[in-house]
Amino acid sequence: MNTHWQILVVDDEEVMCESLAAWLREDGYHVDTASSGRDAVEKARAKDYAIYFVDLKMPGGMDGIETMMQVRRLHPEASIIIITAYATVDTAITAIKEGAQEYIVKPCNPEEISMLVSRILKVKRLQRENTILRKKLSRQYSFHDVVSKNPRMHAVLELAQEISSLRSTVLVQGESGTGKEMVARAIHYSGDRAGNPFIAVSCAALAETLLESELFGHEKGAFTGASAQKRGKFELADSGTIFLDEIGDISPKLQCDLLRVLQERSFYRVGGSEEVRVDARVIAATHVDLRQAVAEGKFREDLFYRLNVIEIRIPPLRERREDVPLLARHFLERLSHELGKDAGDFSDGAMKVLMDHNWPGNVRELENAVERALVTCRGRVLTEDDFGFLARNGPMKPWSIPAGMTLQEMEKQMIAATLERTEGNIKEAASQLGIDRSTMYEKIKRYEIPR
Amino acid sequence: MKHFYVGATADLRTDADREAVSLLRGRLADEFGMPVRELELPAIDFTFDAARDQYASSAALDRMARELPADAAKLLAVTTRDLFIPVLTFVFGQAQLNGSVGIVSLARLRQEFYGLPADRSVFLDRAAKEALHESGHLFGLIHCADRACAMSLSTGVRQIDLKQPAFCGHCRGRIHRPSRGGLQ
Repeated sequence: MNTHWQILVVDDEEVMCESLAAWLREDGYHVDTASSGRDAVEKARAKDYAIYFVDLKMPGGMDGIETMMQVRRLHPEASIIIITAYATVDTAITAIKEGAQEYIVKPCNPEEISMLVSRILKVKRLQRENTILRKKLSRQYSFHDVVSKNPRMHAVLELAQEISSLRSTVLVQGESGTGKEMVARAIHYSGDRAGNPFIAVSCAALAETLLESELFGHEKGAFTGASAQKRGKFELADSGTIFLDEIGDISPKLQCDLLRVLQERSFYRVGGSEEVRVDARVIAATHVDLRQAVAEGKFREDLFYRLNVIEIRIPPLRERREDVPLLARHFLERLSHELGKDAGDFSDGAMKVLMDHNWPGNVRELENAVERALVTCRGRVLTEDDFGFLARNGPMKPWSIPAGMTLQEMEKQMIAATLERTEGNIKEAASQLGIDRSTMYEKIKRYEIPR
Repeated sequence: MKHFYVGATADLRTDADREAVSLLRGRLADEFGMPVRELELPAIDFTFDAARDQYASSAALDRMARELPADAAKLLAVTTRDLFIPVLTFVFGQAQLNGSVGIVSLARLRQEFYGLPADRSVFLDRAAKEALHESGHLFGLIHCADRACAMSLSTGVRQIDLKQPAFCGHCRGRIHRPSRGGLQ
């Protein structure tokens, strides 16, 4: 449909103006006319036209080129077509130099104008679509869409927002399914790199050599099958963000290469001798405890500190159960719309099942559970029967006692876990465990629990 | 009740051209589902542009507006003159969008114009399509993306030959008709 595209025809000759306008209106365009350059600029101030047809020669001290320059100052994106009866190479060059999209000599073939307009609008449609998609994408990954009323999650989001426009490396830690990539995307799309690429790489999915060429690219002939030069993810993420998921799984050699990229901001393609410089922000994520991996010698300490400039820890869903009803309703609303189902709520029983479940797969598991229940449910309300599969998978015990564990060992673990949950707040941890602060200090000392 | 008129300008002198107008009238009556009246229109020679050896379409349209009978809602003029608007090399016709007056030129619809042997059926077929097209504009239709629809834009006879002498279902449904059985 052409009806929403607006065109302005500018010519001091009324018949020329009106006849072209009428001809374009037959195509469904919204066409206005202006009888002088000044009139055109006034109209351009009031409306954003997609295309301007401007006659080159107009009296009154403002010719087509001057009109075009003033219009372009108001609307740099405007497409301007200069029309002239007297074609000279000089005027054509001046018009194009000053930013005219096209230069046509009248009279011209109807097909020429028709194709010209549809070509310009095709590009504009794509540009518009691109803008909408970009907006959608950044909305989809904005912080406002992270559903939570948990104070620890709020602190995570606040920190993520604060650091979104920095260049510093970020390490996102959290169990599988907690939304590490979502937080990484939200950081990217809220910062000043939002207009540039966000490239995600799962380091666990590929073998070492493949991952190396995936990250850094390769030169032609670098290895069997390398039939052409290929740019790596780091190059693709130039000016943007590279998200390295499951960073804890990379080999010692890649750890070394990655350290070099973080330090030097440059690297060599596999089989290449030319240094490639990039400006990519690195956000890494892992579900394993990297500190532990460093202590065990599995992960380079220097790389850990390079990655861990800003640390974000996403708490697992079982530690923020108050978010379960919120998230469940959020997914129900979104998925019932996507799946075309009419279910609107959860029964009390269903909600209890969700609250009692331990969610080892975290938010992703909850989303999948709601989708599965929604697909099979028959009524408007999801009941505990619809979530029967959660119980069938075995009621999740909040914790299990390994055989041979001593009471003291259990107490030590319990205190350590509570301290982690309260982020080292001893008063809060003591209150949660139902003991007083001095007892807490004494036990921490006795069990040598790091704070 | 107001009527839809089709008129031949005074330059249509041959019986063959007159017959073409009668055929057009029948085709329009069928497509719009209403009687179409015929009338005689003056020549448009005063719109002649010697530099271009063509006739100014907008001026001709203005002149035809003055010939609109009191009981006419729409008038489609048919001329043998080659029409133009200043920015274009030619036009097959011109009509006021959702207005009362339109004009269609037979000049470029003849095979002879392109140095080919005359073909009466091709000529009549093209004339019917272009008359429908300009009338469609009079009834508020804009160009249609369906290349087979009479409302698709034709910038050459090849495109006219590709389309059908009828509106597509979508355009037919959008014809701006204030009342059934006639125009008010």
